[in-house]
Amino acid sequence: MAKYKTDSFLLPIVSIVLGLLCGAVVLLLGGYDPFAAYSALFAKVTGNAYDVGETLRQITPLMLTGLAVAFAFRTGMFNIGVEGQFVMGMTGASLVGILFSLPGYIHAPLAVLAGALFGGLWAAIVGFLKAKRGINEVIVCIMLNWVALYLSNNLIQSLLMEPGQQRSRDVADSASVSIAGLLGFFDNARVHWGMPIALLCVAFFYVYLWKTKQGYELRAIGHSPTAAEYAGMNIPFNMVKTMAISGMFAGLAGAFEVLGVFHYQSVISSLPGYGFDGIAVALLGMNHPFGILLSSTLFGSLNYGSSGMSFATGAPPEVVRIVFGSIIFFIAAQGIVRLLLVKTRVIPGKKVS
Amino acid sequence: MLNITLVYSTALVLASLGGILSEKSGVENVGLEGLMTVGAFTAAVSVHFMQTHWQLAGTSLWIGVGAAVAAGSLFSLIHAVAAITFKSNQVISGIVINFLAAGSTLYLVKLLFEGSATTDTLSVVFSKVDIPFLSSIPFLGPALFSAYPTTYLALLLVGAVYFVLFKTPAGLRLRATGEHPGAVDTLGISVYRIRYLAVMASGALAGLGGAAITLTTTSNFTYNTISGQGFIALAVMIFGKWNPFGALGAAMFFGFAQAIGSILQIYSWADGIPREYIYMLPYVLTVLVLVGVIGKARPPGAIGKIYDPTAR
Repeated sequence: MAKYKTDSFLLPIVSIVLGLLCGAVVLLLGGYDPFAAYSALFAKVTGNAYDVGETLRQITPLMLTGLAVAFAFRTGMFNIGVEGQFVMGMTGASLVGILFSLPGYIHAPLAVLAGALFGGLWAAIVGFLKAKRGINEVIVCIMLNWVALYLSNNLIQSLLMEPGQQRSRDVADSASVSIAGLLGFFDNARVHWGMPIALLCVAFFYVYLWKTKQGYELRAIGHSPTAAEYAGMNIPFNMVKTMAISGMFAGLAGAFEVLGVFHYQSVISSLPGYGFDGIAVALLGMNHPFGILLSSTLFGSLNYGSSGMSFATGAPPEVVRIVFGSIIFFIAAQGIVRLLLVKTRVIPGKKVS
Repeated sequence: MLNITLVYSTALVLASLGGILSEKSGVENVGLEGLMTVGAFTAAVSVHFMQTHWQLAGTSLWIGVGAAVAAGSLFSLIHAVAAITFKSNQVISGIVINFLAAGSTLYLVKLLFEGSATTDTLSVVFSKVDIPFLSSIPFLGPALFSAYPTTYLALLLVGAVYFVLFKTPAGLRLRATGEHPGAVDTLGISVYRIRYLAVMASGALAGLGGAAITLTTTSNFTYNTISGQGFIALAVMIFGKWNPFGALGAAMFFGFAQAIGSILQIYSWADGIPREYIYMLPYVLTVLVLVGVIGKARPPGAIGKIYDPTAR
């Protein structure tokens, strides 16, 4: 990963500003007023309790999928299969949530756990194939994304179907993870236990990778597989373990969407996109848990606010994607930002050798 | 059946050829999806305007193809500038392409077509071309020798890319840049220039792949015209071990597996099989073949590594 040394906070902030500027230019070219658009976006996110709650709801799956992608990256693997693991997580949670009936304090955690395990197992397949046969994880991930899509649709249609509609039956109330007590506070926004748990996952990510021996091994493998192997670390096992943990984050994301937000699972025609967005969130967050916390908040807010912007000014919500892509561009191509800052004398220029 | 295979595979082949060129020069390109999107969009929109405002029919299609190629090339410059000149992580800049492409194409569609998320359907698109004589051969004729012009173009390009990559000095330099850019640099050849050209070529080919979809089968562009084909093209490229003919084989294998799905739906004995398992077939087969036959695929040696001539 590219490093930036002294201008730690300046770079992301300038990149965000530049990204918003790019969006503003695009809006102007389309004949829309950038100020009106951005203020409408901001108002939508912060305006009232309902919107704040829903924005948090929007951020949660992005945080988890970002963690999933970043965890794999840290060990040197590219988990582009988060989409499929997310869907499998939804499916696991739905199966337990709909087909069983258990008391509330068992049912909900069990369903969440099922989602995490489904996602973890789905990812472990990829890790196993890479470890055992050296098969490039990118292909297997992409293939499994689609297999997950069709498999989950089939499972819904054969086991969980709500008659007359393209979705599963509702999840049992005992399996729901909505936080009933807070519903009033957030004016019926769909807040759920996934939100605090996502924050716990951020903490877990940090503690596990930087404060435990197992995490040290994973990071070592990510930096240099040969050195790690020489030191006696079991590379194949760790590959599977990494993908499994990564997949569990993804599975959790899916599980919470089913159990906390929709309370059912739809038959989907294409992959939901949280996995691919997670890649962007992870990269913008520098594959670091706290960075991901911030980047997922930014992206989730932009996404949720875009509907408000669109409603108020008529600007197509896709502008938000352009903004986010530009921000990542400027973070990635730091040289551009640095050049700009040097030219405008914000930071001192260095003599180039 | 072979014919249906060719239709599905054409776009995959084109995009994966693009991927091969870029990655062989050492630049990872996960932005193929976005580049295909840009190509598909440009083709659909430019041909639409040519057909409605200038009343061009057949020629508009080829101009549209050219526009898609140019657009893909230009758009890939974003990836090139970030990854090559500014030494960014290549996966990141590839993802940037995907985001920017998805956002800007849909934005422009909504601007140009009064808020609709779909371009108007084109009235004239490519139709299948029969090669005289050969297409009259019973059985094989209609299958192999009657296809869209873009398919023929794709097949020609496979041979061309193979020839250039493996039989010309320029191709050797490109491959060397992907394996050991330092060596190329010591010969005084510009690593940057080769990589820029390779990335732009990949944008051109991926754009062509997107245009192939829009101008033959879908006749319009919307948010899900390109949904995943770019990533499948990546898989095809790896499956084909970064070789044009390997990619062709992989794409045809994939298209064949998808075609089986369409064919099976005709037979009543296949009614018992849930539709989803038939859809799954190409993906599962690919993994199985990978495990059983292909095994380890070795990417170019310097792929993804930032080339910094000033570093020690």
